[in-house]
Amino acid sequence: MADMKTAAYICRGCGIGERVDAAQMAKIAEKEGKMNLVRSHEFLCSASGVQMIRDDIEKESVTHAVIAACSRRAKTEAFHFPAIALSRASIREGVIWSQPDTPEARETTQEMADDLVRMACAEVKKMKVPAGNPDVGRNKRILVVGGGVSGMTAAVEAAKAGYEVVLVEKEARLGGWAAKLWKRVPYREPYRDPADTGIDKLAAQVQSDKRIKVHLNSTIARTGGAPGRFTVEVATESGAVAAEEVGAIIQASGFTLYDATRLTEFGYGRSPNIVDQAGLEKLAREAAAKGEPIRRPSDGGEVKTVAFVQCAGQRDATGRHLPYCSGFCCNTSIKQALYFKDANPAVDTVVIYTDLRTPGNGEDFYRSAQAKGVVFTKGKVLSVEPTDKTLTVRFQDLILNEDTAIENVDLVVLATGQVPNSGVNIDLPPEEQEKLEVKPVSILNLAYRQGKDLPQLKWGFADSHFICFPYETRRTGIYAAGPVRRPMDIAQAIEDATGAALKAIQAVENAELGRAAHPRSGDLSFPIVRLEGCTQCKRCTVECPFGAIDEDEKRYPVFNESRCRRCGTCMGACPVRVISFENYSVDTVGSQIKAVDVPDEFSEKPRILVLACENDAYPALDMAGMRRLTYSPFVRVIPVRCLGSVNTIWITDALNSGYDGVMLMGCRHGEDYQCHFVKGSELASYRMGNIDDTLKQLALETERVATYEVAITDIERVPQLINDYAAKIKEIGLSPLKGFG
Amino acid sequence: MTQAVATNQTILVVGGGISGVTAALEAAECGKDVVLVEKNPALGGRTTMLYRYFPKLCHPTCGLEINLRRIKANPRVRVLTMAEVTGIAGTRGDYTATIRIAPRYVNGNCTACGACAEAVETMVDDPFNYSLNRTKAAYLPHAMAYPLRYVLHPSIIGTPDAERAKAACKYSAIDLDMKEETIKLKAGAVIWATGWQPYDAAKIQPYGYDRFANVITSVEFERLADPRGPTGGAILRPSDGKQAKNVAFIQCAGSRDENHLRHCSRICCMASLKQTNYVRESYGEEAKSTIYYIDIRAIDRFEEFYAKVKSDPRVKFIKSKVARIAEDAKTKDVVLHGVDTEGYHRYANTHDLCVLAIGMEPSVPAERIPAEVIADSSGFIEATPEGSAIFGAGCATNALDVNRSVQSATAAALRAIQVINQVARAEA
Repeated sequence: MADMKTAAYICRGCGIGERVDAAQMAKIAEKEGKMNLVRSHEFLCSASGVQMIRDDIEKESVTHAVIAACSRRAKTEAFHFPAIALSRASIREGVIWSQPDTPEARETTQEMADDLVRMACAEVKKMKVPAGNPDVGRNKRILVVGGGVSGMTAAVEAAKAGYEVVLVEKEARLGGWAAKLWKRVPYREPYRDPADTGIDKLAAQVQSDKRIKVHLNSTIARTGGAPGRFTVEVATESGAVAAEEVGAIIQASGFTLYDATRLTEFGYGRSPNIVDQAGLEKLAREAAAKGEPIRRPSDGGEVKTVAFVQCAGQRDATGRHLPYCSGFCCNTSIKQALYFKDANPAVDTVVIYTDLRTPGNGEDFYRSAQAKGVVFTKGKVLSVEPTDKTLTVRFQDLILNEDTAIENVDLVVLATGQVPNSGVNIDLPPEEQEKLEVKPVSILNLAYRQGKDLPQLKWGFADSHFICFPYETRRTGIYAAGPVRRPMDIAQAIEDATGAALKAIQAVENAELGRAAHPRSGDLSFPIVRLEGCTQCKRCTVECPFGAIDEDEKRYPVFNESRCRRCGTCMGACPVRVISFENYSVDTVGSQIKAVDVPDEFSEKPRILVLACENDAYPALDMAGMRRLTYSPFVRVIPVRCLGSVNTIWITDALNSGYDGVMLMGCRHGEDYQCHFVKGSELASYRMGNIDDTLKQLALETERVATYEVAITDIERVPQLINDYAAKIKEIGLSPLKGFG
Repeated sequence: MTQAVATNQTILVVGGGISGVTAALEAAECGKDVVLVEKNPALGGRTTMLYRYFPKLCHPTCGLEINLRRIKANPRVRVLTMAEVTGIAGTRGDYTATIRIAPRYVNGNCTACGACAEAVETMVDDPFNYSLNRTKAAYLPHAMAYPLRYVLHPSIIGTPDAERAKAACKYSAIDLDMKEETIKLKAGAVIWATGWQPYDAAKIQPYGYDRFANVITSVEFERLADPRGPTGGAILRPSDGKQAKNVAFIQCAGSRDENHLRHCSRICCMASLKQTNYVRESYGEEAKSTIYYIDIRAIDRFEEFYAKVKSDPRVKFIKSKVARIAEDAKTKDVVLHGVDTEGYHRYANTHDLCVLAIGMEPSVPAERIPAEVIADSSGFIEATPEGSAIFGAGCATNALDVNRSVQSATAAALRAIQVINQVARAEA
């Protein structure tokens, strides 16, 4: 890169020129900020203002620029200069709009603006334009683990987009659960009758596609690497191991039906006439093959009455069975009832349910079943008892509120739920793993420092925690699809697998260009570590929310840049501060903290540092400004990628330089966490829990550092928090460390 | 912006709600060029108008911020607002879309400083709050609007107010001569993501939405709970601004009803369960929510959320399709009449406010989509005809929650990319 040439551009528009002394800001940029070029403009985002900057970049070779105008969230198109390092000082939202327009406030408003210029100048000089990761993987093949509907769909859809696919299936044939079905729930108009599964056709499509390579009877023995350069060992039953190089992975390992033998109250295992939904499909397929109606398994007798028990072992509040609803089973029971009704309307079919759940056009299927004479009874089944040749189903009728029974039932079908095949729960401590009855078998066998499989969200499902971003797992380039992600039916699994295929394609395309995946999509920066300073403390490898960092045999961290999401949690964790990003580092923030002009102890002007999550707290502050909600002029706000990236040195430096308090604003953590880097805000809160010792060492009050959970909607609350905190600082007095920094 | 160059390797995304934004970004982040067309002045659609999501009770604007950052950072996505696709001609891999762009009367010079809004006197209904309040006729659609640019309401054009707005703007951002224009754009594939709209509650006559002030819809209730909403987040009933502490929620308002919407709208049970939290948040132990339902459809993982709400003693569930609503003429309280099917007894229950968990219908029913699609009986896009490259996404395809809309949009992005890659291979 050429020599650094710095420039600062001060905008006087939107009232900035009237409210603060722009000439003074320019002088500060020049004298204190040591900017090579300083220009001021009455309307910087106008065509002429933007052209001025562009000309400076081209003709004056400006490489680093400060724009002191509006918030970094505004006018992003106008101030889009990707070739240079850029720092934006929020003079509009962060100063003139958040400070009262009164003569008394003028002095402190000016000080705020001046400081923001100082901070931006300090920051930009420490920034580099990310040069991109030289160590990128270029493999664009996609590995699909699982050959059921989800896996096959993902494979076919990725291949249709022109990508090569490797599909690994543990069984001897493709098809998964769907291949065991006689029919599927209808998925198009008129939503009336069970439909063909289409699974043979899909399997044939997979097998005939030249872009798809299929490994049957195979499992994954090892997965190492990163997006764009995964190396995978595929182990076949015979013991042979094939090596595959792939760029991204789709885990479509499906589900297992909940074990019906645990449902002793429903008599499963005590009579062959009590089956689960898979058992009924088997009966239906066998009967269809013979061209006969479904018969009573115990003796081949005619089936005259069938009862379907919904939520068998599901939606369970006792803690013994599945707490969730599997979503597909109501429609499946309707479909299975129609197996009987369509063959012989004289067969009595009754579905016993608490809430019938047939969303969307499932409602038409439900109506169709009602029209065909399937009986739906709102009730809770208490027991299924084998009698002579038939069964008695006892249930609590929830409409009449009385216990009742259906006798002479020939067949009972238990609608048990889906249990995800998600492998090892890596968050379970080893001693808990030991206690498990059934030792889970890893699906991916990831050679990752943080464990062999995808982290699970809840109840074993490898789902994303994000409502807006359902595919975002915590392992970059590895996407879960189908019922391993959350309970779902075939129609949803097909849609889900198609989406997962897109994400896998995106992962390989991004990996090739060295770009970050969600949520900092496109970011070319990546963590750079000075290993010579590393003390092998392992905090970064343990704390990375995305399992991006491995360890070598000497316990040094090994960064897999393509697995990194650029949150900076490693940087925040590092006690010796050897981890940084080119455009975000201990220095870029640290120098801003030090650039602030801290008045002396007699000034009665405290300084409060606010480190605000750039995605939620910072926009909330911005919007507070837009609403002209005022807050204390003594705060200096620095947006951070995530509270997880906050290194405690920033806090101790701030306090040592005479700041009177530090506010950290991050996202909610805990069960319903909102941190978009999953663990960042939680880790920050944990680290700040330890800062009290530091404060004590400095002989400072513990109130001098405060952590807040802030949501993006806290537009009114954030100014209030600031004002309350400023009042608190006033109460405890200015820092005794002023003047010693 | 209107000169947006597009080719038959461009993906046209119609609709800038969460589905359209997702489809556009997911495709663009695979390296494809996208034109995103939105008829409103800002992106975000209906999710922007939600206060919280179920089941996490987190804020949709958090995800919007991430998505807007992605858009700002990605030059491959070009956004046209106030634009509607009126025609699509051509075939798979080679479409020409006709797009009508309404005048905004504010150009790219706008800095969103707000001087025009201060100058203008006329007030208009605020669409962001389902017209529950009024806003200045020069307005920013909402605080997170993208583009961050004001709009002049067409009703003031030609009036002194428009001139006042123009005079107040120091940056020549107001252009009162802007005219509607029509442009044509090439595209290889189209993603149709025009989303949903609430079913017209007035059509459910026995519920008196058009007659009783204190019968509102779930989307309106959402605005009441939102600090950015018309009441600043206070749950106050429309008739007299009284605190609405005793709230009735009627499920399947329009849905699962062959006289109205034959489908189940999927989201409404969870929406009402979520909204009982708003009442609780506002009024604590004084809060009282009653949910009148047929089946509570808290599907899959959401069951846990249902269980949590059920355990709240301040929330009551009544299995009943409410027969009719009456209004107490003096107090304006609403009185719900019906039969509780659990035990079969009649009730006449008085509440401060009644919220209709209103069903979802496609905002552009399939027959009004200017291209051939396979539709279901409710007008949602069911499938793409063989040989076509017009793909439905999100709530244009079904009544979906946000999570599933995003899933659907991501899948649609791949379907579009398959076509674009074929075109690219053919041209290579």
